[in-house]
Amino acid sequence: MSSPEQWTHPQPGDSSAATAAKPTPEQVIAGLRATSEGGADLVQLLTPEGERVDSPEFDRYVTDIDGARLRSLFRDMTLVRRFDREANALQRQGQLGIWVPLLGQEAAQIGAGRALRPMDMAFPSYREHGVAWCRNVSPQDLLGIFRCSDHSGWDPVAARFHPYTIVIGNQVLNAAGYAMGQRFDGHVGDDDGEATICFFGDGATSQGDVHEGFVWAAVYDAPLVFFCQNNQWAISEPTERQSRLPLYQRAQGYGFPGIRVDGNDVLACLAVTRWALDECRTGNGPMLIEAFTYRMDAHTTTDDPTRYRLSDELEAWKLKDPIERVRAYLSRNGLADNDFFEEIAAEADNFAAEIRDFCVNMPDPPPDRIFSEVYAEPSPVLEAQRAEYLSYLDGFVGAGER
Amino acid sequence: MMAAPAKAPERSATTAAPQLTIGKALNHALRAAMEADPKVLIMGEDVGKLGGVFRITDGLQKDFGEHRVLDTPLAESGIIGTAIGLAVRGFRPVCEIQFDGFVFPGFDQIVSQLAKLHFRSQGKVKVPIVVRIPFGGGIGAVEHHSESPESLFSHTAGLRLVSCSNPVDAYWMLQQAIRCDDPVLFFEPKKLYHTGSLKETVDPTASPDPLFASRVLRSGTAATLVTYGPSVRVCLDAAIAAAEEGTSLEVIDLRTLSPLDLEPVFESVRKTGRLIAVSEAPSESSLTSEIAARVQQECFYSLEAPVLRVTGFDTPYPPTKLEEYYLPDLDRVLHTVDRALTW
Repeated sequence: MSSPEQWTHPQPGDSSAATAAKPTPEQVIAGLRATSEGGADLVQLLTPEGERVDSPEFDRYVTDIDGARLRSLFRDMTLVRRFDREANALQRQGQLGIWVPLLGQEAAQIGAGRALRPMDMAFPSYREHGVAWCRNVSPQDLLGIFRCSDHSGWDPVAARFHPYTIVIGNQVLNAAGYAMGQRFDGHVGDDDGEATICFFGDGATSQGDVHEGFVWAAVYDAPLVFFCQNNQWAISEPTERQSRLPLYQRAQGYGFPGIRVDGNDVLACLAVTRWALDECRTGNGPMLIEAFTYRMDAHTTTDDPTRYRLSDELEAWKLKDPIERVRAYLSRNGLADNDFFEEIAAEADNFAAEIRDFCVNMPDPPPDRIFSEVYAEPSPVLEAQRAEYLSYLDGFVGAGER
Repeated sequence: MMAAPAKAPERSATTAAPQLTIGKALNHALRAAMEADPKVLIMGEDVGKLGGVFRITDGLQKDFGEHRVLDTPLAESGIIGTAIGLAVRGFRPVCEIQFDGFVFPGFDQIVSQLAKLHFRSQGKVKVPIVVRIPFGGGIGAVEHHSESPESLFSHTAGLRLVSCSNPVDAYWMLQQAIRCDDPVLFFEPKKLYHTGSLKETVDPTASPDPLFASRVLRSGTAATLVTYGPSVRVCLDAAIAAAEEGTSLEVIDLRTLSPLDLEPVFESVRKTGRLIAVSEAPSESSLTSEIAARVQQECFYSLEAPVLRVTGFDTPYPPTKLEEYYLPDLDRVLHTVDRALTW
């Protein structure tokens, strides 16, 4: 079987260039579905069984991660997962309009999120609840979107965490522009430089905006880390519907490095993202990271994955759980005892109760919010519409309760 | 609503204010805006060394450098999408779309992000971006180079749209748009860019009118013509021709397409009783439709005839051997004035 690199280099004299360049379906799947055991280029520091693997390239990026810091990463992932499960339940109970689960992607998001420095900027898609957590955007701030009472509940400038972007791929270009601005401002070029990270999925890689984002970041040497969470599924469409090549290999065509990391390994995600951000902040951007992970739950609460994927696949990925491998490592090496895990479990339950309490008591926005902040400068037209509509509403019995 | 006019560059008292075409006035406006605010950037295809295909950005890269006048990759979604990121970072990008018909690859970023970020973020994210779009026909070009897509954007909340029709407005309106904290789509009548007969004295020390205000260009009593951009000249010429035959027409230049400033139009219609809206864009679901709806609502008892329209047809823009039939011209305007007067 030829390697993926050979697919795109047909030799003259081959039967036909098109045939020679086209991989067989088996080759495509072998390349795209290279699992954490099988992908030769996959960066992994912690195996699914919780064994630490030495990495000459990346160990240096996690030398500070001692027992306490690894416990902290474990706590991050556990709390974020607990939030995710609580929000999923709140949707099922009618308290949220929709929920977008991150289950299974905790390591990718916490690893990448904890690699960021305060002055770095992050552009999420809409599943980055773990990154939000790392940017001090609280779960409570996220809930308004999914309870359908606001479109974005945090200060993106203060948090350095852009509003969630729902149109697939749009934020990649916005991130490229922001990173260009960091360069134009002269804030790139040494260890104190700034960088930007942009999150998107395997499905988004088919969007023109992602292609354009790659082009722009490359030609302007933008300090931008493209962080692609390949969770294997774009709603119902598998990655082979998006690409012939493993996604990280696309970077080469744009002239910057691409790397595939075990997206269920928080240590590897932290190390690789720190490396990529450092490259960017010192002026060597952009970089592409493909975090190879799995969407353990549905695309959203409106989705039914049993219609398009086999439960065997889910069972296989359960064995690579991002949290369990850290638990195993901590236990085996005497870095955490049972009291610690019970403490975290209790904290998670309290946390979930707080979120639930907050969620069910969230007030509905007042109707005149419709007219607010459409423009930065005054809009007499909208002010007139607002006044007319409020006057209309005031004509109803009980209008004073509004 | 607008901040004070951009600071005028120092100039000696003896230097006469220059006589400028619309194209040159835009060029001077960009220069003044870049001098006034180091955060102003120009982005677009061929805007650097070439000075833009219409030369509107001529000489600016040479004077301000490649990091302030960016020759971008050839991708309109990229131009708008990265401009948004730059604006979030604190820059004030002025994007050039090369021709009206090429704005559509950027349509998604304009409608989904540019228009909505301020609302989405509850006012915390400002995107002060100007998108310059040379628009309209009459230049004998191939397909996609002569369109009037403004109604597609005026239907989108969160955007502001303006259009200039003369050099003085071109000079001031562009600077005001750049200083506006909202995204502004700036529609430029490309057919008139270099028309020497339209040259005007542009005095950088003058005080401009507000940006989002329409203006009565010519007073009249028999009927009102309301229009914008390239059709302003057509309407003024029609008013001159009508005057020679004893018919007094009022002409209003909208200038702002979103928000519309229709009070001067209402006032005019209450006086004349007749309104003809003129635009190169197709008529269906357009700015002229909106004007007709609002005027019948506000001026119902003043109208002596229905609001009539002279527009492009509800077809794609035709091959330009046919554009003289498609575009509103003096004869069609006068014919429609006659219909209104004899209703």
